[in-house]
Amino acid sequence: MGSEGQAPVKLSVQSAVGAAAEGKVEAQRVHEVSAPSRAKRMDLNGVNIYYGKFLAVEGVNLPIEPRAVTAFIGPSGCGKSTVLRTLNRMHEVIPGAYVTGEVLLDGQDIYASNVDPVNVRRTVGMVFQRPNPFPTMSIYDNVIAGLKLEKGRRIRKSETDVVVERSLRGANLWNEVKDRLKAPGAGLSGGQQQRLCIARAIAVEPEVLLMDEPASALDPISTLAIEDLVHELKTEFTIVIVTHNMQQAARVSDTTAFYNLAGIGQPGKLIEYGPTQEIFSSPREKQTEDYISGRFG
Amino acid sequence: MATLTRPPEDDAAPAEIEGSAVRRGDRVFRGLALYAGIGVLVVMGAIAVFLVWRSIPSLTSNSVNFFTYQEWFPDDNPPTFGIAALAFGTFMTAIIAMIIAVPIGIGAALFIAYYAPRRLAATMAFIMDVLAAVPSIIFGLWGLQFLMPNMFGLTEWMNDYLGFIPIFENTQGIYTKSIFIASVVLAIMILPTMSAITREVFTQVPQAHREAALALGATRWEMIRVAVFPFSRPGMISGAMLALGRALGETIAVALILSALFTINWHITEPGGNTFAANIALKWNESGPNGLSALVASGLVLFVITMVVNMTARWIIARRAEFSGANS
Repeated sequence: MGSEGQAPVKLSVQSAVGAAAEGKVEAQRVHEVSAPSRAKRMDLNGVNIYYGKFLAVEGVNLPIEPRAVTAFIGPSGCGKSTVLRTLNRMHEVIPGAYVTGEVLLDGQDIYASNVDPVNVRRTVGMVFQRPNPFPTMSIYDNVIAGLKLEKGRRIRKSETDVVVERSLRGANLWNEVKDRLKAPGAGLSGGQQQRLCIARAIAVEPEVLLMDEPASALDPISTLAIEDLVHELKTEFTIVIVTHNMQQAARVSDTTAFYNLAGIGQPGKLIEYGPTQEIFSSPREKQTEDYISGRFG
Repeated sequence: MATLTRPPEDDAAPAEIEGSAVRRGDRVFRGLALYAGIGVLVVMGAIAVFLVWRSIPSLTSNSVNFFTYQEWFPDDNPPTFGIAALAFGTFMTAIIAMIIAVPIGIGAALFIAYYAPRRLAATMAFIMDVLAAVPSIIFGLWGLQFLMPNMFGLTEWMNDYLGFIPIFENTQGIYTKSIFIASVVLAIMILPTMSAITREVFTQVPQAHREAALALGATRWEMIRVAVFPFSRPGMISGAMLALGRALGETIAVALILSALFTINWHITEPGGNTFAANIALKWNESGPNGLSALVASGLVLFVITMVVNMTARWIIARRAEFSGANS
């Protein structure tokens, strides 16, 4: 908790990735090979999310600041994961799902008719609740899977070597796996697999990183490792994280958005959002206070 | 000692957890499973012993090389017979059938699993399953009566435009009863097998892996390439091997279509060719004692070939078991 708020200070005095790798001698190369931060802001304007005829989430207006962590909290079924999945058009994978309203990425509506969802997902990366490395691929191949999609198979080994090292260092996994990059990714522990998935997501240098309860399937030690990582990553990426764990939201996020639903079958709504400090110390809404004080949910 | 002697009324309590560690239900089921497993091995062994035992008389009487001789005169004196033409015909028909059926089967399975609208997919899957259950004699009759007369155009075109490739050349100008037509019928027969199994494994690819690919910016085809194919590889190989097994062993449809000639003819659109199974079916009723033994010997070869094919498939699957996704 003590380190919260320090990362932005570092950002002002040195390069974005430098802050992430600070204090790690072996991470010096990171400075040389990483691209400058391209983090973008997102804005949701009057977003309604439907599954077929069912209105799942109603009327979301929310700014998401670049180079900061925005946490989505709320009880199960309130639509926080649904909102997250609209940010990279992943909810469209479910047949019949669609969105009305605007989701802006640096001012451009990602649901405009001339926008390809494939390109949106290359810009807005995602990490899922359960670690999902490709089981048939090695650690190395998992990391460059997205890169291969983008650039085709004709990509030089020297180039991928650099990306693999940078991404695994970025995900704080390099030291644990550098001697077995050819081993299957599915052979790692749960926490390592999740960091591998983060490395895979950041290897394509997205502008926004979405995390859907990334630590909920992990033990406390691995959870801490992921939280530390989120702290470091926010110097380079815009991060949106869904969490069931309110302490986690308090620890990692700069902004917190609280979602709730009036009842079963009712659409979820964004109740309020604001700086995490304020949401947790003096929320404006009664139901936010009830939720974060543990009175329901 | 008096303190260790328990009062009699306390005996009831420990008795509740006493008893044999093996329950009757477990024992019965274990026995059933054991004997079923042994039974399979016994049947396999019995078949192998029967085939070897019954083929010895003809093999010892044969005056030519069994593996390289093409003709089949086991009841002559001295007997001369060999499996070269049979092996050629069996492999040729099976391989061509696989070349046709595997890509189409995988394509159909992909369409049903990932491209077709839900209702069309269900209908197509049902029709595929029905097709898999059609008896082979029906395919044989259909191939003979309908397909053969209607394939002249294709085979003539192949001769005219692809004839510079030797196997497509037709020197006789006769296009009936050929290995090629038998292969097409075989392909149609094994297509449902191939497609049904691969469709099943395609739909079992975890949502998490497909979403992982999509979230990285994969198009639908890239998602299939990155997440679906690698995960389904063992299942696809199993499906192909089952299909190949059916193609190698198919008897009646091939026997109806091929004009049984005991020569190796690389011109696949010309009449001729023969396979192990078709030859056994056609020759069984007209063979003397040595002829029957010779047919059993050819059956033994087919038995060994199918075993080798299956073991190869298992080896291919096991080779990358740690990458199979079974541990995730």
